[in-house]
Order: sequence, then structure tokens, then C-alpha cells
Amino acid sequence: MILLYLTGSVLIALCMFLNTNRRVNRMLIAGFLVLQWIWSVYSLTHKNVPEYIFFIPDALSILMTVTLSIISIPALVHSYDYIYPEHDNPRVRGIYFGSMVVLIMSLTAAYVASHIAVTWIFVEITTLSASALIFHRRNSGSIEATWKYIFVCSISLVFVFIGILFLSIALGDIRENDMQYSILLRVAPSLNTFWLKLAFIFIFIGYTAKLGLIPMYTAGIDAKDKAPSPAAALFSSVLMNVGFVGVFRCYEVLAHTSIHKWVDQVMLTTAFLSIFVAAVYMLKVKNVKRMLAYSSIEHMGIVILALAAGGIGYYAAILHLILHSFAKSSLFLQVGHLYKTFRSKNIYSIGNYFRYNVPGAVLILFGFICITAMPPSGMFISELMVFRALIGSGYTGILILMLILLTLIVWAMGKNIFKMLFIPVPGREDLHVEAVSPYETLLQYLLLALVVYLGIAPPAGFADLIKESIINLNH
Amino acid sequence: MITILLIVFTVSLLYFAIANRLMTYVKILALQGLILFGVTFIELIEINVVNLVLILLETIVVKSLAIPLFMQYVIRKNKITREAEPFVPHTVSLIIVTVLIVSTYIISNYIIDPHLDKIYFVTALSAVFSGLYFISSRRKVITHVISYVIIENGVVILSLAVGNEMPLLVNLGILLDVFVSVFLLGIFINKVGDVTSEGDVKQLSKLKD
Repeated sequence: MILLYLTGSVLIALCMFLNTNRRVNRMLIAGFLVLQWIWSVYSLTHKNVPEYIFFIPDALSILMTVTLSIISIPALVHSYDYIYPEHDNPRVRGIYFGSMVVLIMSLTAAYVASHIAVTWIFVEITTLSASALIFHRRNSGSIEATWKYIFVCSISLVFVFIGILFLSIALGDIRENDMQYSILLRVAPSLNTFWLKLAFIFIFIGYTAKLGLIPMYTAGIDAKDKAPSPAAALFSSVLMNVGFVGVFRCYEVLAHTSIHKWVDQVMLTTAFLSIFVAAVYMLKVKNVKRMLAYSSIEHMGIVILALAAGGIGYYAAILHLILHSFAKSSLFLQVGHLYKTFRSKNIYSIGNYFRYNVPGAVLILFGFICITAMPPSGMFISELMVFRALIGSGYTGILILMLILLTLIVWAMGKNIFKMLFIPVPGREDLHVEAVSPYETLLQYLLLALVVYLGIAPPAGFADLIKESIINLNH
Repeated sequence: MITILLIVFTVSLLYFAIANRLMTYVKILALQGLILFGVTFIELIEINVVNLVLILLETIVVKSLAIPLFMQYVIRKNKITREAEPFVPHTVSLIIVTVLIVSTYIISNYIIDPHLDKIYFVTALSAVFSGLYFISSRRKVITHVISYVIIENGVVILSLAVGNEMPLLVNLGILLDVFVSVFLLGIFINKVGDVTSEGDVKQLSKLKD
């Protein structure tokens, strides 16, 4: 089935690259969405059934795939009205939608992969397709962002590869060269710890480029700034999740070894420093897309912190990751409308958004409440769990420092967002404002509604899937 | 024989540190591709046809012919100045690369592992770290791509150092990685060259907070 899905998506992507007709393009997108959902439903009903040798739809991959499939609907639909008014060039449009399809396909495959090298290959493909999306506008800014993104991600992925090589040294005499995650889990306690440490350091540093933590987060910020809003919505949610999946699968293996504590320390330090960096930049950033990108760094820091804290933190980490994906992608999609209205991403040139687009402004306000984890946002629940996990593992000092940083972030973000919503820009003339249809914000509201619903009253199946995905950690 | 080849590879890193012209860099890349072919060919004695073809493709065709020729084409097309113009003087570069090689040698002496061939390990890690150093010390965008290829060469040697043959899939992955990223980056240099006059990283630093 996965082979059918992969070949189908590649064929659709190829047709999109070649096709110049607008209506055919629309049909291809619909076809791809159907295919994506068929695969999601199939993986739900065929849980833990191996697909060929290299893929197993386990609980974590199902959660991530369904998240991706949900977010890809508004992302692709919004791409549609995003791309036309800009410049109606069929070739550019084909490249854009084709890359979008390849990105979603490689993300899905990377989630489902059960072999460490297969994950790596598909993550590599996400880099390539993402760079085509960043390059969409073809001006000097997007060239710079694309250049940095390809370069930093390529080097990071080389690091991951070096880590995989070290891992195979650690395997040593255990001659099971198939580096399947399940086999690694089984042999983990007997592995050489020195090589395991080296392997983890390299793999973790490498995946931070996707995950958005110190030290490789920089390229992702520029990418989210310069990519078209629907693509940025994918980058700041599901593309970061792929980094998390890469790290999480290695962490599962390492949790069964004697260096578990050391790994926790490394992740704790990195995550805390990332939140710190996010807070510092949040205070001075003046570009709304970059502000949201730094907020993603902060949330990924929280997720990794929860993973390092353990206990209830494992559950919280995955819940927070999923909720953040919905909230952040919704905000990024709305920024697309914001940009259409004001023709600028600078906070100083945006103001009094309520006057131009009431549904959009309410959405930003509500999105702000969601993303800063105020009730009724579901992220409030998950962050509370993270705090409890931190106290439970005796990291109260870190918790206090983190709460101070989070307060700073809420203040900085609130200041900017309320200015954009309520305070008019002096000397602005409202001659060329495009009216936004209120129906266009509907899908974004649905995403935010999911954040509230999944956090406050999670359906039993959803909670079970999360519990099942962390089953290897509780021992 | 392998030892000699690997030592020549390490020396080529030192030569890279003091070389002054971009064309010399490109020639060093071609040389490294040939060395890689020699090493892998001797290393994998019992070789099957598929693997041999793959290695031939990866080392000779891609690494010592396609990439250098493509780099040459990019340099000519964009009329990039032939001098490398590094940030730091050559002597300092030479000293730093030497220090890197010596320190990886010292580190490798602390590692006791029967599965690991030390000379591969030293060569591979010095290539990776020198590559990172070259990226940070050179000014032109094209030298960044060339340094990236050096890092990739180091990774290939490291995969040999691991000894147990990596599966075919991984080999294909490396090939894809090198092929696509280098060519993508190369095409990009053309684009950068269209916007900015001189492929200089200074002009690529507008995005910041």
C-alpha cells in the first residue's frame, strides 16, 4: 500500500510539474488529497502491520500522518488563492504545487519509516522540496533564504548520517545490519556506550535543523519568513514534527541504555537554551512571520524539555507537539491574509486589523490565546503537564527560569499582536485594500477548534494512540 | 597501499588550505574522487557487479568528473574571480588544518575498538572538520559548495571505516545526497550570480533580526 501511495504521489507531482492548465491542476490537487487521506485511513486500520521491510505504521506515525493530512487540506486550499493574484505563471505554479506534493509525501514516508536510514533519505527529500517552495518568489531575499536553508540542512543531514555510522559501530559484533528501530530497541542494553553517546550527539545536532532547536535553528527561521504562507504553515508544524520523530525514535532506543540520564541532560540543556534564544529574539523581532517562527522554536524547546523530564512529560510532549502544529499552521495561514491587506510583514506597518477583516482579526486574537497556552487552549493542559513533569523529576530551578522566559515571550508577543489588531498605523491610506472573503478563514477556525477540543476533551482513541506511542519509554 | 592513498588524501587537505586559485580547488576535488575510488576498490575485495557499478558511478563519474566539470562551468559562466580570497592568511589556515589533523589523531588513540580502522577514522574526521573550517574561512559561495563536497568525501571514508558494509540503500542515499545537493547548490550559484555581482557571502546576510 505504501508503495502505491508513494508512486501515486510522485506521478501526481510529475503531472503537476508538466501541466499548465489551471483546471487540471485543481483536479490533481483534489486527487492527491484523496490519496493522502486513503493512506491515513489505511494506516489507521492496519496499525503495526509491516509494509515491505522498511515501513511500519505505528502509533506515533499514525498520529503524525493524520496531523499532516489535516493540515495539508487548508494549506493546499489556501495555496490556491494565494498563488493566483501574485503572478499567474503556469510553470511557477506547477513547480510550487509539485513541490508541495513531494514535501507532504516525503514527510509521510519519513514518519512511517521503520529503518533509520530510510527516515534519513526521506528527510533529505523534504529539504529539497522545501527549498523549491522557499524559492517561490524568486527575489533576492528568497534566494538568500533558500541558499542558507539548503546549505544548513545538507550539512545537518550529513551530521545525522555520521551519527548513523557511529551507531553501526556501536552495534559492533551484533551482526544484524538491518538498522531497524525494533532491532535497535532489542539490542540497546548491550551496545557500546561511548559510540552511542557520539552517535546521539551527531544525530541530535543534525535533526535540530528540522526540529528548530539550538544550534541549527537559524535556517528554518529565514525559510519560514521567505516561503509563501501556506508553505510556511507546513514548515512550522509538520516539518518540525519530522525532526521530532527522528529524535524521538533514537531517544526510545537510548532510554533502554545506561546513558539515559546523560541523554536527558543534553536534551534539557539544549531545550532550555533554545527557549532562552527564542525569548531574546522575541523581544526585538519586528517581522510578524519571524515572530511566529521564533515562537515555534520556543514550543519545540518545551516539547524536548518534556521529553527529557520523563514521566507524564512523555505524554505531554506528543500532545503539545500535535496541538502546536494545528495552532501554528492556522496562524501562519492567517498571516497570508494579513500580508495581502497590508502588503508588509513589518509590525510597524500593520495596524487596526479589525477595521479591515473582522473574522481574520478575531482569529489572530484567538490564535494568540491558543499559542500562548491560555485557557481554553488545549496547550494550556499540555504545558501544565510539562510543568508537573519538571517538578516531578526535580527540575524546579529550570521550571522557574523557564516560566520567567515564557512570561517574557507572552508579553512580547502580546504587545506586537495587540498593536497589529487595534492601533492604527499613522498616515496609512486605505486605497488599495483587498477585501478578504470571511469564508476563507473558516478552515483556520476549524484548526483552532481542534486545538481546544483535543486538549480539553481528547477522544479515547486519540489518548490511546499517544499512550501507545510512548509505550517503549515507560519501563 | 590503502594507507598511502589515505595519507595522500590527508595531504590534499593541507594543500587545499594553502591553495590560492579556485581551479586548484576543483582539481583537488577530482583527485580526492580518484583516491576514494582506489580505496573502496581495494577495500571491497569480494565485490559483486552491482556494488562495483555503483561505486564506479559514485566515485569516478560523479565525484571526479561530473562535479569538478560542473564547478568549472559554474566558475566560468559566472565569471567568478579566480582567486579564492580567504578571510585568513594561508599560513594560519595551514596551521589550523594541521592542528585539526593532529587532534583527530590524538583522539583516535584514546579509542579502543576492534571494529575500527584508525587511519580511516583519522582521515575521515579530519576531512569533515577541515571542511567545516574551510566553509567558515572562505568568502565565496562556490568555495562553500566545494568544502561541502570535501565533508561528503570524509563521510564516505568514514562509512568504509565502519567496516561492516553499509546496505545498498544507504549507498544510494549518499549518491542522491551528493548529486542533488551539489547540483542544486550549483544552479543556485547561478541565481545568486544573477542577483549579486560577485557570489560573495557578504551579500547574503540581509536576513537577520
